[in-house]
Formats: sequence, structure tokens, C-alpha cells
Amino acid sequence: MIFLRLCVGALLLAPLSVEAHEVYVSNERDNTVSVIDSTTWEVTRTFPVGRRPRGLTFSRDGRRLFVCASDSDAVQVIDPDTGKLLHDLPSGEDPEQFSLAPDGKTLFIANENNATTTVVDADTRKVLAQIDVGIEPEGMAVSPDGKLAVTTSETTNMVHWIDTATLQATDATPVGQRPRHAEFTRDGKRLWVSSEIGGTVAVIDVATRQVVETIGFEIKGISGDRIQPVGIALSEDGRSAFVALGPSDRVAVVDTESFKVKAYILVGRRVWHVAALPGGERLVTTNGVSGDVTVIDAGSLKALRSIKVGRYPWGAAVRPVAGVRSAGAAE
Amino acid sequence: MPFGRAASAAPPVSAPALAIHYVERRVERPTPLNNESPIPNDEGLAGAELGLRDGNATGRFVGLSFTLKSTVVEPGADLPAALAALARENGPLRFLVVNAPAEDLLAIADAPETQGAVLLNVGAPDVRLRDHDCRARLLHVLPSRDMLTDALAQLLLYKRWNRLLLVSGPGADDALYADALRKSAKKFGARIVAEASFDARGADLRDSALKEFAVITRGPEHDVVAVADERAEFGANLVYNTASPRPVVGTQGLTPTAWGRPVEAWAAVQLQQRFAKLAGRPMGAVDWAGWMAVHAVTEAATQLKSSDANAIRDLLLSKKFEVGGFKGRALSFRPWNGQLRQPVFVLWPGAVVAAAPVEGFLHRRTELDTLGLDEPESACRAFGGTP
Repeated sequence: MIFLRLCVGALLLAPLSVEAHEVYVSNERDNTVSVIDSTTWEVTRTFPVGRRPRGLTFSRDGRRLFVCASDSDAVQVIDPDTGKLLHDLPSGEDPEQFSLAPDGKTLFIANENNATTTVVDADTRKVLAQIDVGIEPEGMAVSPDGKLAVTTSETTNMVHWIDTATLQATDATPVGQRPRHAEFTRDGKRLWVSSEIGGTVAVIDVATRQVVETIGFEIKGISGDRIQPVGIALSEDGRSAFVALGPSDRVAVVDTESFKVKAYILVGRRVWHVAALPGGERLVTTNGVSGDVTVIDAGSLKALRSIKVGRYPWGAAVRPVAGVRSAGAAE
Repeated sequence: MPFGRAASAAPPVSAPALAIHYVERRVERPTPLNNESPIPNDEGLAGAELGLRDGNATGRFVGLSFTLKSTVVEPGADLPAALAALARENGPLRFLVVNAPAEDLLAIADAPETQGAVLLNVGAPDVRLRDHDCRARLLHVLPSRDMLTDALAQLLLYKRWNRLLLVSGPGADDALYADALRKSAKKFGARIVAEASFDARGADLRDSALKEFAVITRGPEHDVVAVADERAEFGANLVYNTASPRPVVGTQGLTPTAWGRPVEAWAAVQLQQRFAKLAGRPMGAVDWAGWMAVHAVTEAATQLKSSDANAIRDLLLSKKFEVGGFKGRALSFRPWNGQLRQPVFVLWPGAVVAAAPVEGFLHRRTELDTLGLDEPESACRAFGGTP
């Protein structure tokens, strides 16, 4: 019933060109997920999940929501319509982030506490492999062609390259201190990696696995060590990267050709992650300390509004709608 | 950034293991007063061992490995002889994590066996080691006493609890702590309105605390009662036993420290869990320093992808070296006295109240340099500074 009312509301309020999307936000301290409607920008539902939910992502068809419930040591599979837990996936200890391969079923999970990456078949619910990586693996990404997976290890300070055919770690690329998040460009040629304590973003050439560019940030009036890059979202047109800068409370917008910072957008306090909505017009950020989500207009590069969610919002994922590809959801 | 090249594909060519030594002079500890857990015998060493594990887990991706050998000298035993034996058995000593009082630390730094070594101090908070008694190649991972009291003073100022009534114990280290507190109060504009001394020896606190503490903490108007009792002989009993309803701060009560059980932000909880798994107990400040010391050495080696001791030493001592330490900022060694720049937690056993540098205390270089001896204040010249 609630769902029906929302649909009506969306039709009345939304300009016809804007599609209605649902943004799902994990609240790390509340053990809940908040659902935001992108036409009204209101929280329509909040449902309980496992303990310390962090990374979240959707199945390709948008019918299943995967949530890393870190302190429950499980990846939960949830029906997004009802918020009901369908079942758990074996995830290994302390899952933090994960990435779903293009095959729609192979899930690569970073196990922060025991220096492994767990690979799970989401359909058969079987563990395919556990791969030794560096200490505190966190960022996870699978290349668009599905051939490579990467994980970043926060204390080892490396990007580990995993061959998805053999499920072996084949190489490691050192990056700046405390790498948090990795994101492939849409053509799969580059990998963007944020280093929280290093204060930089490394752009890595995937073919050679070499860092080709290191991007630094400078914000007037903010001391350098408050600038801590975490989440990264690449725009649908591939021209911009949105980088969440943690306790500087800002998102940097980087030109992906010149690697110059185009803008710093003030959002909420301690911004963790960024997710782009399909269509490329809007992005959302999760702001851990202020407990809200900021909506960014990709055209004007301005913050439009903020939406109160639960305590310590961590990740955001946009639910795919039939026929529309989800854009850069922050796993 | 010293990177750019991808590490060679697995399995990398292995370099010979880099030897790190842990040297400790054990000290006599008083019996705990209120059935607190005693200071563990492996405090410091357990941290260093975790640092070794972490270092090897990382180093294997670039073909590096590390070893840690510990030498623990009992109170009163011959430290120089132990050092000589260590060098005889192991060849030149290059990296020494030292957990020892200031006098022993200086003796080790001045011994012929360590002239080619980098020493990392994880146990001595003495300001003089960062000042006129500093040594080239002696790095300080543990915060100095004045960094601790500066952190506390910043929080007190932030809260406008500017008036301190200071109670000091009889020990030489208590006097040093009280001295650091006085200097921090002056540095940030707090005021010590009265001072009292207290010697717990000869009385049974269980009987006398209620009356005696009410007497010695009676004084002019004050916001907090500051206590300097490094050996924990009475400070815990002062809490809730003051004449006026005032918080106790300093060595007990609200305490500034490099690390403590309630520290959890900035992914500290991962380190806390790894440590608890290894040691079966919570991580203390000296444990953190032990971990940090080994982590700094192994991280420098990993950044260089080399086990060349000279290159590692040069990187550790250079201005460009930065390393994470689960404190939310990049840490580095101050080039004027070898002290590791770092946030200091102000906490009580239940929670972290603040992490200093506290908001609003600014510095032209980095806010971290508002804690402890700044470049113009330090008399240390061993690192090549000009007087």
C-alpha cells in the first residue's frame, strides 16, 4: 500500500524527464538500511539488517539487495521491496565491501579482519575461493569485462590484482597510505584508487598496473591532513570523478583527462561514499558524522539538499530499474 | 610519492630477512592498588610482535621478510653486557626497538654496538630525550610527557576548565609529569591555582582516602583536580574523593595517552582486534608504540622494496617519510628531534573524550606540532639543526 502511494506521489511531483529511483543507504551504527525516493528526496522506508552494515549493492535485475553486515560476519541477501532477509551468503569474516562481477552472480568480498578476499557464487551460495591478500582489504572492484578483480589493503597499502579465471592473486601495486576504494573506468583501461591517509587518488593503467597519475587535493582553510579521500564515483559520461574527502566534508570533482580538480562541493560531515544516479544528473553522498545524505547536481556541481538518515550512513546503492543500467553505485 | 612501479608478479624474488631487535629493560612495578590488571610482562613486546606479523604479511608481496628477536634484561642485570652479546651473536645491529627507562636508553644509544643502528624508543616519555639529551638515530615513537600534558591542556582549554588544582606524588617521574603539566598550562593559558603533594606510602588508602583526599584537595576555586602519579599509587582513589565535585585529570581519571582500550575510530578497531587475538588482552600505549616502531621500519622497507638497512634508515630519517598508525592522520618523525608526530587521545577507561590536537589549536606547519617541543623550543641539535 505504501508502495502504491509513493508511485502516485512520484508521478505528481516529478518532472517527466526525471525517472524515479530508489537510493539505499546503509546506516553503520543503526543496523538499518534507509530507502530514499529520488523524486521527493524523502526517506520512504527504513528496515533492519545485520550488524554494522557497510557495503551494499544490487543484483542486475534490482530484485536482490546484497548487504555486508560486517559484525554479523555475513553478506545478507534482502528483498528490496519488503526489506525481508531472504538468506545469508557465506562471506568470510568481517566483510566490508564487495563487488558483483558482470556475470551477475560472482561476488568478490573483502574480509577486513583476516586479510582475504572471499569469492562467492551468489546463486549456489558456495564459496569458490578465499584468496590471501594484504592486511585489511577494503576496496573491491571487478573490471567491466569481468576478467580482473582488485582489492585494496589498507595497512599493506597495495592494490592486489586477482585473475577471475584462476582466482589467484597475480600482482600487487603499491599505492599511498590506507587505500580505501577502487573504481574501474567504464572502458576498463584505468583504475582509480583513493588513499585516505596519503590524501591522494592514484590513477593506475590497468594493462601495465602502473600508477600513471597521483592526484592531490588542496582546500583553502582546511589542513591537509583533514583531506582524506575515500569513496569514488565516475560520471556516466566518463568525464568526471567525484571523490569523497572524509573529514574535510567535501567532494572533489576531478576532470578525468587533465586530472585537475574542477570543484570542491561542501556536503555533510565526514563524507564516506558517493553514488551516481542513472542519467548522470544527480549524485548522492553518505555523510557519516552528520548522519545525512547530500544530493549533488552534476551540472552546476552544487549541493541541492540533505536528507536525514540513520546513524553513520556508510554506503549508498541505486536500485537498478528495468532497462536502465545502474551507474556507479558505491559498493 | 616513492611508488609508480608495480610490484613484480608473484612469487617475488626474496631478499634476505631484515633483522629487527627488541631490547627491554624490565622495571619493578608496584602492586596494583585496586585489583587492577597488573601491567603485563609482555607490554611493548606483544605490540612489536604484531608489527612483525603485519610487516611480513605486507612484505611478502614485494619479496621482503623481517625477523624480530627480543632481549629482555631483568632489573639490575648488566645491560651493556647483554648488548655486546647480542651484537656478537647477530652481527651488526641495525634496527633496535627499545623499551627502557631514559638512562638505559641513553646507555644503549651510546654503546659501540649500536653506532650503526636506528633506535626506536617505545618506553621512555622523558622530554629531555627530545631536548638536550637527544641522540642522532634515536627516534621516539612513544609521545613525550609534554605531548601528553599539552593534549590534556588543549582539551581543558576547549572546555574552559582553566583552573587546575595539582596533586603530585613523591616519585621523580611524578615531578617530571607535574613539571610538564605546569608548562602545558602556561603554554595554552590555563592556571594552576594550588599545589599539594601526596605520598601514599605508610598509609592504607582504603581507610584514609575518604578523609585525607578531602583535606588535600581543599583549595581555591578550581575546575579540575590534576594528578601526577605515574606509578599509580593513589590517583585512582582520588577519583570521586575530592573535596569539591571536580573531575580528576592527568595520570588517572581523564588521561592523555598514545593508545588505550576505548580507542576505536580511524579503523583502530581492526588493530585492537588483531592485537587482542595475538596477546589475549587489550593494547596499551607501549604496545601501540612497539607495533608502530616495527611498522615504521617494515613500511619504509616496503616503500623502498628493499631490505637495504642504509636506505631504510635514510628514508625513516627523511622528511618525506609518512606512515599510517590508526590515528586518522599521516604520521612522520620531526626532523629536529626524532619525535613521531601523532595525535594523542584524551580518554577515561570508558571512552575517548577527544583526540588532540583539539579543534582550534593551530600551527603554521601541522596542527600535530602544537603537541610537544616545537622546532624553536627544542635544544636538540643531533639531527643537524643549527643552534
